[in-house]
Amino acid sequence: MPPFLYIFLGALAIVSALGVILQRNPIHSLLALIGTLMIVAILFIGEDAVVVGFLQIIVYAGAIMVLFLFVIWLLNLQVETGPTGHLALKLFGSLASALLMTELFFFLAPVHLQVKFTHEPAGYGSLASLAGKLFGDYLIAFEVTSVLLLAAVVGSVALARRIPAADDPRAASKAAS
Amino acid sequence: MIIELTAGAIKAILMILAGLSLSLFLLYFERKGSALIQDRIGSNRATLTGLGKRMGMPNLGIINTTIADPVKMFTKEDFIPAGADKFLHTLSPFLSLFPVLITFVVIPFGDTILISGHHIDLEAANLNAGALYLLATIGLGVYGAALAGWSSNNRWALLGGIRATAQMISYELAMGLAIVSVIMTFGTLNLQEIVRGQGGVWFGFLPRWAIFSQPLAFILLLVAGAAESKRIPFDLPESESELIQGFFIEYSGGKQAVFMLTDFAEQALVAMLLTTFFLGGWQIPWLMRDGFHLPGGAFLALPALAISLMGVAAFLIKVVALCMFLGMVRWTLPRFRYDQLMRLGWKGLVPLGLFNLLVTAFVVVATGRVQ
Repeated sequence: MPPFLYIFLGALAIVSALGVILQRNPIHSLLALIGTLMIVAILFIGEDAVVVGFLQIIVYAGAIMVLFLFVIWLLNLQVETGPTGHLALKLFGSLASALLMTELFFFLAPVHLQVKFTHEPAGYGSLASLAGKLFGDYLIAFEVTSVLLLAAVVGSVALARRIPAADDPRAASKAAS
Repeated sequence: MIIELTAGAIKAILMILAGLSLSLFLLYFERKGSALIQDRIGSNRATLTGLGKRMGMPNLGIINTTIADPVKMFTKEDFIPAGADKFLHTLSPFLSLFPVLITFVVIPFGDTILISGHHIDLEAANLNAGALYLLATIGLGVYGAALAGWSSNNRWALLGGIRATAQMISYELAMGLAIVSVIMTFGTLNLQEIVRGQGGVWFGFLPRWAIFSQPLAFILLLVAGAAESKRIPFDLPESESELIQGFFIEYSGGKQAVFMLTDFAEQALVAMLLTTFFLGGWQIPWLMRDGFHLPGGAFLALPALAISLMGVAAFLIKVVALCMFLGMVRWTLPRFRYDQLMRLGWKGLVPLGLFNLLVTAFVVVATGRVQ
């Protein structure tokens, strides 16, 4: 990917990310977030990490953001019309963000920040190399993660399942049928 | 370089135009084909200056459906309801059409042809991760319906949008599982390679199409694809009897036409996917690179260009046949209930897909096709 394209897409991603926090309408924020994720995915694909880029679109932009959409609908979030929160909260918030900015500034100071455009060998981000890493070098971590996710799924189903009360007529009819 | 770029642009435009004209054909089939199935006459009014009628030809409704319908829709008032989110209301039809149109570019519609010394692959974008691209773009199709439902400021529309989202997310899973089984069978994500892998024959007569090696995955993709394109029997997002028109109830004029176009383009896309993954894409049974090798041992030599063009024709014929099959399903089956839809998706298709995947994995390992 030529550097100017990289910088252009990066700037677009930052503008889109700013849209997430600057807009009042939660659905518009969500759209901006989807845009950000898509641009980052395009950056991945442009940098030869093709599989990671497409997986980013499939998993994040295509599935998890839909979940966000459902949550926004479920909570019936409205457009924020005015300032919210207490003064103390805002004060604390601005202090914390100032601290974070300072930290980022020092961390990203020109001494540490060295942008280099390196050329990776062909097939660097291909499915084969990713699979080799995932099922070779990091097999145990991968499998442990899958067990963890399975446990989370089973746990959330168990928590969400409603146990019907014994005197509930609907439950009784269901049991009879 | 210039020739490759020009060829790429021409192929991409050709493919999108093919999808759009197939949608137009499907619109015609929707009107007259359904009339045929239901023993009606169907649209038979508009004619071009009554010429056909004067010459004693039956009015087949071609003018009605392919010219009069779209022109009428695009000249109607474009109405945005009060309280609607104007920006998203305008954006959503295109948000639902765009992912479908860009998916067409990875579908291979022919073998490589040789034109003045340049090998030109008859696939608009020959991506190594073509199947992943396909899953990614199909996954983005959810937002059009979802945001159309939400931005209309109408409860039926919102309900339709929620139904569409839940349905598409659920059936995407089964779709992905079916596609992954095919990918494992052929060991590649490149759609052109998958089609190439389906050339040749088994036992001397049976084409190596994946429908014979992966019949269960074919049925899974057929059902999940029909559900993904939100057609009867899976048209719960727009079910007229309860939600009137569902997520695009508040759309009129051109935007309504764009939603209808999306429906037909999705149907065409599902047919193309089924053709590519299971019916051998552009492969013709017993046709090799040099000519026909019939099972009886007969051989018929053909020039290379003719074989390539026949491949393109075969692809189109298969796609149109599958489109008509999907249309017939639409006019035959009644609509599901929502709980039946979810049960079929999660308790029927997903376990079957996982089972199919497991069996495929065992077979692939047992036949030693893993490096």
